[in-house]
Parts: sequence; C-alpha cells; structure tokens
Amino acid sequence: MTGPFLLGVRHHGPGSARAVRAALDAISPMAVLIEGPPEADDLLSLAGDEAMRPPVALLAHAVDDPGRAAFWPLAEFSPEWVAMRWAVERGVPVRFIDLPAAHSLAIAAEEERAEEADRYALAEAEAEAEAEAEAEADNESARDRECDVAGRGAGHGDVDGGAGPEGSRQPTAVDREAPAEVDVRVDPIAVLAETAGYDDPERWWEDVIEHRGTPAAGHDSAPEGTPEGHDGQSRRDGQGGQDGDDRQQRRRDETLAPFLAVGEAMAALRAMYGHGGHERDGAREAHMRLQLRSARKEFGDGVAVVCGAWHVPALQTKTTISADRALLKGLPKTRTEMTWVPWTHRRLARHSGYGAGIDSPGWYGHLFQSKDRPIERWMTKVAGLLRDEDQPVSSAHVIEAVRLAQTLAAMRGRPLAGLVETTDAVRAVMCDGSDVPLDLIRDRLIMGDVLGQVPDSAPAVPLQRDLARAQRTLRLKPEAWERQLDLDLRKDQDAAKSRLLHRLRLLSVAWGEPAAGRASTGTFRESWRLRWEPELFVRVAEAGVWGTTVLLAATAKAEYRALSATALAEITALAEECLLAELTDALPVVMQALADRAALDSDVGHLAQALPALARSLRYGDVRSTDTGALAGVATGLAERICVGLPPACSGLDADGAAAMRRHVDAVHTAIGLLPTAEELPARWRAVLHRLASQDSVPGVIRGRAARLLLDEGRLEETEAARLMSLALSSAAPPVEAAAWIEGFVGGASGGGLLLVHDERLLGLVDAWLTGVSAEAFTDVLPLLRRTFAAYESTVRRTLGEQIRRGSTTRFSGRPGSGAVTPGLGRGMAGGFDRDFDGGLDQGRADAVLPVLRLLLGVDDSALVGDRG
Amino acid sequence: MTMPETGSSIGAAADGEALRPHAEVAFAQELTALAAADDRPRPISWRMSPWAVATYLLGGTLPDGTVITPKYVGPRRIVEVAVTTLATDRALLLLGVPGTAKTWVSEHLAAAVSGDSTLLVQGTAGTPEEAIRYGWNYARLLAHGPSRDALVPSPVMRAMAEGMTARVEELTRIPADVQDTLITILSEKTLPIPELGQEVQAVRGFNLIATANNRDRGVNDLSSALRRRFNTVVLPLPATPDAEVDIVSRRVDQIGRSLDLPAAPEGLEEIRRVVTVFRELREGVSADGRTKLKSPSGTLSTAEAISVVTGGLALAAHFGDGVLRPADMAAGILGAVVRDPAADRVIWQEYLETVVRERDGWKDFYRACREVSV
Repeated sequence: MTGPFLLGVRHHGPGSARAVRAALDAISPMAVLIEGPPEADDLLSLAGDEAMRPPVALLAHAVDDPGRAAFWPLAEFSPEWVAMRWAVERGVPVRFIDLPAAHSLAIAAEEERAEEADRYALAEAEAEAEAEAEAEADNESARDRECDVAGRGAGHGDVDGGAGPEGSRQPTAVDREAPAEVDVRVDPIAVLAETAGYDDPERWWEDVIEHRGTPAAGHDSAPEGTPEGHDGQSRRDGQGGQDGDDRQQRRRDETLAPFLAVGEAMAALRAMYGHGGHERDGAREAHMRLQLRSARKEFGDGVAVVCGAWHVPALQTKTTISADRALLKGLPKTRTEMTWVPWTHRRLARHSGYGAGIDSPGWYGHLFQSKDRPIERWMTKVAGLLRDEDQPVSSAHVIEAVRLAQTLAAMRGRPLAGLVETTDAVRAVMCDGSDVPLDLIRDRLIMGDVLGQVPDSAPAVPLQRDLARAQRTLRLKPEAWERQLDLDLRKDQDAAKSRLLHRLRLLSVAWGEPAAGRASTGTFRESWRLRWEPELFVRVAEAGVWGTTVLLAATAKAEYRALSATALAEITALAEECLLAELTDALPVVMQALADRAALDSDVGHLAQALPALARSLRYGDVRSTDTGALAGVATGLAERICVGLPPACSGLDADGAAAMRRHVDAVHTAIGLLPTAEELPARWRAVLHRLASQDSVPGVIRGRAARLLLDEGRLEETEAARLMSLALSSAAPPVEAAAWIEGFVGGASGGGLLLVHDERLLGLVDAWLTGVSAEAFTDVLPLLRRTFAAYESTVRRTLGEQIRRGSTTRFSGRPGSGAVTPGLGRGMAGGFDRDFDGGLDQGRADAVLPVLRLLLGVDDSALVGDRG
Repeated sequence: MTMPETGSSIGAAADGEALRPHAEVAFAQELTALAAADDRPRPISWRMSPWAVATYLLGGTLPDGTVITPKYVGPRRIVEVAVTTLATDRALLLLGVPGTAKTWVSEHLAAAVSGDSTLLVQGTAGTPEEAIRYGWNYARLLAHGPSRDALVPSPVMRAMAEGMTARVEELTRIPADVQDTLITILSEKTLPIPELGQEVQAVRGFNLIATANNRDRGVNDLSSALRRRFNTVVLPLPATPDAEVDIVSRRVDQIGRSLDLPAAPEGLEEIRRVVTVFRELREGVSADGRTKLKSPSGTLSTAEAISVVTGGLALAAHFGDGVLRPADMAAGILGAVVRDPAADRVIWQEYLETVVRERDGWKDFYRACREVSV
C-alpha cells in the first residue's frame, strides 16, 4: 500500500488509537493530517507541552459572540490525540484539515436562526435529564434534516460533532449531539454490527476493533522491544536487503489491514446509503480533499490522514480541484478564536451532558494504557479500590473474578472479556452480588475522575471577553476602589446589573457584595458594594471551565452545585440565588435536586429550615417576574412533608430541641402563609397545629405556640384557648412544662404580651396558676417566666402590672378566703417590672388600706368584679 | 419458596403422580432434546454445555423445533453469570428477598447440569453437621464397628463422590459452626472421615448451589472465609409492573381456589394498585420517576403483595359484596408497609399525601387509606 495512508478511526476508541500509533510507527509518514479545525494549527505545538495533560478540548468560539462555541474533546486514548503527540514529538509536520471553525460556527448560526424553535425544544430537553427520551426524538428530527449527520458519526461521539450544524449557542446542545448520532437507521456501525449478528453496535465495534490485538503492536512489544527500538531496527532492516524489506512491508501491511477493511466496509455502506446530499458534509470532505492534495504536493505521497472512518471513502474519491472549490464557495464565515481548555472524564461521558459519547472513559483509558493482560490489570485495580474502601478483597478474589470474566466472555462468544463481563464478574465475586460497591467502581474507575490540564500559555478563555462585553453594555466599569451601587429592580438596566452581579457571585467572582441598602424594605431595591481586584481576572479564568458566557457558566455551575450539594438548606439557598441571577435553565435541575433531597430527608428540622427560603424565593420571583411554577410545586410538596412529619417529630424533645422546634413551627407558619398556590395546605397546617396544641406528648412550649398561632389566625375559639390554657396550667401538669407552655403561648414575638393585656381571662388564668405554684417549684419556673415576660415592651409590662395590681386588689377584697396567697405575677415578674411593683405586699397592711382606697376611687366591689368577668 | 412463573410448570406438576415432580422429571423431554441438539463443549460430567443450560432456564427454540419454555423470567445476565460460575468450578450463592425464585432457579440449574436436583440439604436453625458431612447407622455401628457400610452419607457427600451438583437451601439459617464445615469441602474439595482414617475426594463435576435470603443477613451471616468460596448472584424482584401483576394474579388465583374464595372479577385493578404501591415504596421512587420516596423497613416483596391481595379477597368475600374494593386492601397494605410504628408510619403518610392523593382514579383508595391510617 502506498500513500496517502487513510487511517479511518472511531473517535475516542482506544483500539483505534493503538492501531493509529502502530500504523504511524510502521509507515513513518512525512506529514500527519488530522480531522479538526485548521484554526487550531497554531495551537498544535502546545500538545507537546509538558503541562498539557489530557483530557483536554479544543474550544472554538465566535469572537463577537462567545456563547457560540464548539468543543473538540480529546482524551489520552483518542486517536487524534495520539497522532498529534506522535507527530509533535518527532517533529513531523501536522495539520488539521477539517472545515475551518469560522465556517462551521457561521453555518451553525445561520441554521440556528432558521430553526430557532427547534433549537429551543432541544435545549429544553437537555435541561431535563428525565426528558432524555424526548431529546432523542428531537435529535432524530434534527437528523432528518440532514440525514448524513449520523453517518458522519463513524463512531459514537464523533469529535467533529461539536462543530456540527447544531453547534448552537448552547454548549449543552452542542455536546449532546454525540448521542444523537447513535441512530440505528443510518449509523454505519449499527448496520455493520447488525450484519455481523450483534444487537449492540458499541459491542460489535469493541469486539472487532478495540479488543483486537493489533498484530504490529504485538510484534513491537514482544520480540523487538520498544517502538523506538523497533523503528531503528526496521530502518536497518530496510537497508539490510530484500529480505528485510519484505518483512517490513509485510508488517506494514498487517498494521494497515484493519484500516483497509474498515475503509472498505464504510465504502460499501456509503454506496448503499449515500450521504444524503447535505451540502455541509460535502463541503467538509471537499475541504479535506483540498488540504490532502496540497499536503501531497508539499510532502509527497507519504502523508497519513487520521479521520473518522466514515470520511475515508470520500477522501479516496477522485474529484477535480475546481469541483471541490465550488463546493466551498460562498460559505458564511465568522471571526473565531481557538484555545485549549481542560476537560474531564465526566464530561467525556455521555450521560453528563457534555458528552463526547463515551460511557466509560476510565475503562478506555485503562485499555489504552495497559500494555498487556488488560483484564488482570483491571481486576487488580478494582481490588485496590475496594481495599481502600475497607472491603475485604484478596488476591484469590482477583483470580476468581478474572476466571469468571473470561469464561463469561467465552460463553457469550466474545473474543475478549469486555466491560460487561468484567463488571458481572466483579459483582459476583468481589461485591457479594451487590450493586452498591459497584457504583463506587463505576464512578471511580469506569468513569474515572481525571481532570485535564492546559499550559498557561494557552490563549485566554472567552468568558473574560463576554464579561467585558456585559460590562460595556451595562456601563458598569470595573474599578479598583470601592463604591456603593443602588439598584431599582423595576428598571430594566438595573435589573440586568443585578443579574450580572448575582451570576458572578455564583461563579465565585466576588466583584460585588450585597450591602445593606439605604433605609428601604421594598423588595425591588438592592444595594451592592463594588470593588474590582486584579485577582478577579484569575477567578474569571478559573470560572472559564464552566462555560463561555457568564450566563452559561453560572447555569452550569449552579447545576453542578445542585447535584453535589449535601444539605437541603444548601440547595434552597442555591434556588434563591438562581432566581436572583435569573438562571432559568438551571432552575429545573435545582428544583429536581431539591425535591429529591427533600423526599429522602427524614429530619423535619431540615425541611422546616428549607421552606422559608423557598417561600421568600417565591416572593422574589414575583418581583422579578420569573416563572416560579416549579418552585411553588416544590415548596408545596415540602410543606406537605412537614405537615406529615411534624407531629411525630415533636414528641420526646428536650428543652433545647423543643425551643428549636418551636422556631421551626413559627418559620413554617409564616412560610405557609406566603405560599400562593395551596388551597388545602393552610387547612392541613391548621389541623397539624390543632394536633400539636392538644397532644400531651408534645413539649409545652410547642403546644402553647401552636395554640397561640391558631388563636391569632382566628381558628381557635377564645373559650377553647382558655380551656387549653387551664388544661396546660392545671395542677397535675409539672410546673416547668406549664411555664414552657406560657412561654410558647404569650412569649417571644411582638404582641405576645398584648394578648394578656386585652384578654383578662387569660391573664387571670396565668395569675391563678402562678399563685398556686409551690415555693420549691417556683425557683424552677422563675427563669422561664422571666425570659417570657422580660421580652415585653416596657409599656406592655407596665399595663400588665397595673392590671394585675387592680385585679389582685379586687380579688383579695372580693374573696378574702384566698387572702393567704401573695399576688403571683407580682412575684413572677419582679425582675422585669418597674421598681414600684417590686417586693411582696404585707397582707395586713394592704388590707387595712383597702377601704380607704375604695372610698377615694369611688368604686365598689361589684363594678370591679364585673370588669374582670 | 418456589415461584412457578410459567403455566407449563404448573401443568406438568398436575400430570404426574407426585404432587410436585422434580424438575428433571417434569422437563425430561426438554432436557433430552437440549442434550441431543447441543454440540458445544461440555465441562466434565455435565449433562450439557453451559450455553444449553442457560437456554434451558431462559427458554428458546432448538434447531429441531423443540420449544424450551422459560423457567426463569428475568435478566439474561443473571442466568449467564450463574451458569458460568458453575462451569468455573466455583460454588454459587443465590441471594434474594423471599419470593424471587431462588430455589426454583437452583433446582433447575442442578437438574440441567447434573440431571438430578434431589441432592438437597434444607437449612434450618437446627441443621446438624451430619446433614452436610455424614451420619452413622448406629445399629450397624454397634454391631460391626466403624466402617464405610455403617456410614450414612449426606447429600453433599454423595454429590462429591459422584461428581454431581449439591444444593443447600437457606444457607444463612444454618448455625455458623455447621456452615463452616462447608469450607473444607469447597476449598479442599475433600471430606475427611477421621473415624475411618479415610476421606472422600470430590470427583470433577461436583459443585454446590446455595440459596439465602438477603434480608436475613443478620441471622447467621456467612463468615468471610466461607463467603469467599462463593460467587454471589442476587436475584432481583420482577423488573416490570406487568410481570409482577401477572405473577401476583396467577398466585392469588391458585391460593384463592384452594381456599374456596369466590373469584373476584374486577380484582385486577386492585392487584395492579397493590403492586404499584409496593414497587414504588420498595424502589423509593414513584412510577413516573418524578418523585423520590422513602422506603419503609419491610421487604414488600411480591410474596407479600400476594398475601395482601388474598387477604383482601377474603375480606371482600366474607364481609363485603364479593368485589375487591380499595377498602378491603387498605388495612392489609398498611400492615405490610408499617412494620416500625414510628418511622414507617411517617413514610406511609408522606407517600399518601405526596403520591396517592394526586393520582387520577385513586381517590377511593386514598380515602380508604386515610381512614385506616388515622
């Protein structure tokens, strides 16, 4: 076989990568051409940089619109990456030959304008994980428009997917394109797999290509040592004579055989399915042909092309230069910039939304790295991980797991145990059949938590540009000195500023800090302290991994935080931030996380803490006219869970627990009052309060509080309140409990004392109880009572004191028989009351004054008694 | 317990003399046909290749047109791992909550691999060591002294000597010290008889299938030494609501007939409801996948669903109008769900309020449950 050498690959296939490396070693090409955006040619040298560590991605974005971007993720085991590194290390010229990103982004923009509605549906679908199926359907319709897209995905997760026609403003949408290409109808791999009798195309490719020990690689590693050694060896062989030449030729053919076979298969498929006549793929391939042609002119025939297998037949086609040029004529163009950005394995994976379409990057990485005995090495890794987690896994386990995996593969008729077999074996042998440790393995090994790294010399991230643009349009200059900014959210410009600042805060770019505003309690006012520090540039650069614009980055970060948050209150706070920053796309994710966390959290306290923030958010949402339907739903659900869980949670509490719970009851009560949607909910909540008020096992302070809340709402008859109070204060109840009840009923919140001022019957009950408390018990209840009454405003205290004085006066004269008891409240409130009310009264002397007082005031007994009734 | 999942197994049982013939008898024809059609390599002393064993359990059609009925309805992966385990000469431990066809699978595996499913040790709290090793015929022992003739071999010992598959049911119910006698058998593949100074060495083909209830882990948990000798396969609960409804209504029908309960014509709706409730609570997520739920402490297995429905039928027949209604089921469901009066009750009420109340057509059920819950 003579050049050019067309190496058709499956993007992100470790087997392909290995084969490409072996092929490059065998043919020593004069130049390497790779399917990718030519704008990145200047960045290629960075691939050889010490500080560059895959997974990384090439990022192209339109200069005037950083939100329009596309990614080309590259993992260690991506054939393109391998080819790149191979060429850079050896100083072989390397070029990208795909259609320039300038065109692909511009085309995407045009199509996007044409299909705005469709894109919206797609982006919507992305946002909701559970709407996966719908997304597939949408993607399918997208594919119908350009039926060769799927074809282009010669492997799932075709890297050029990012620049595909759907490379829209939404990176999520861009990256989700990969799974879209997994279409049974036009997916070439699927067709080939079906022909071979496989139901799973992914598995077929793995069996035939990825797991296939490349013969050349075998030669290299076994008899001739390292690839470098082999290189020198084969050159010498070449000089050595005809015999050596033959051997080299033979090896070269062996190495290239799989590529030939794949190319032929693809040619057959393309002959059958064509490429649908979509101009863009045609243009891409025309561009590749032109580039290949000029490379051949420059370097001769010995050039190697690494591209998706699907393109191989197109590159073999004989066409004229003018025909190819004609295809490229009149393509729209936009100014683009490119850079390297770090990537993660998680983002390579299909289900994390940023997918390059690989389920198991960690496993692929392992296959690519391990020189031999991949299964044995993998099982050892798994055992190591399990041991680190304190699972007893011995070498015997590893041996049995390997045996089981291999036998399983044999039984299923596969040449080598794949991920499915190894996972089955690990589950049965090492995990006792349980899926729990398996999740850990899936997360740590099969996915693998690898974070890429790019050198500092890589160009700046587009996020900075987007921020600068926003600052210009909002006339919000970054200034080094601190200044106060007052915003009126009813004005559009001010609302936009507030959103920007909130989004930056979410991204940990602390440019503005919310400040206590000028005396204003309106929800439409907001105050900020602004100060731009030079370090913030670094912060922005760091935040660049989240997205290319402030909005997208903040959305991505909010979603990430929602999924990784552990405490419920954390997520509710996040929801609040999302509303403030108007991250509508992140909200569904946050809400789902919130609902899930709330459902599983069995601590009513947590739920109760979360509810007020939600209720607040609902009100803010109204001010900012965002859609809060989902939020209201979640809040109602939360409130219902509280209604169910609160009564059992209130029994058996100690004093501190009861006090905390009482605060929760207050908070929930307020929050439920704020919830707009629920009609049944207030009624349900009142039923809960009734239960709390009447249940003996509930601590006094909560019982009292519940009774008070109901009374204030007008849902408790005053006579009923009095009954509850006398029940709580009856002599059988322990005095401390009774005092706690009083604290709950009339303590704390403003207006607590006014009730007693206005309702003398209740005051009388309290008074009567207090006077009945025994001397020993009194010492116990005193601190409680003092806490309750000392919180009243002084006027309330005075009025109460006066009433008691009058009341007690009346009582003593009216019922001389009870004269042996000192006035209770006077004693109880001694510390909190005015000086003149201090001290006990001398019974005898007081009695002596009474007739005179009565005479002076001109009142008689019956009038006073009537007052009290 | 066994769970016949196919009509044919039930029918076959009725054909023979025995109330319930062994698998190798009931399915003799299928086994013969499979063995005849099987041209793949067989492990030593296996009746057929691992592939054929898997086909026997999962069902299929042979080239000669013989239809193999599915014995186990469930993931193919599980059967493949189980068969492969036996082929790699490792002991197999089938775990699962009650009613997941553990015994059923183990019986059919033994029948297909060794042609004999009767080498069985039933594990109980009182299972003695003799049941696993060997006992003595005391009359003979006293008359003639210790000899191989006076020895009464256990099923396990016989399986070792003949290269067959032995079965141990409810392994975790067996006291720990008795369990441990299995360690030597499984690792050394030999059973010493110190009284005679002899030993029985396992012939190739010997293997052991144990079943255990994984809710019982605490009873007599396996020592890690023993555990290590087993490959573990967990049999899951039915994957789809339809499959479960099918299993439940079939069993309820059988039980109902034996209790002479009148048939409930409109009961399917309620059965579906019970299955839905149990599945949702078990899996901790509502059927539409939108709401997460807490799971109560009970198992809520298919078997329990069956007993709730049977109970409801009895209520309807004897105290109601013979039609299965939500009210007949409510108390039974409550009893099955609320095992721990404090925690489970909250879970159940949350479930009622957040899931049941909203659901179309469940109003009656919601009301009935509220009535019994209060």
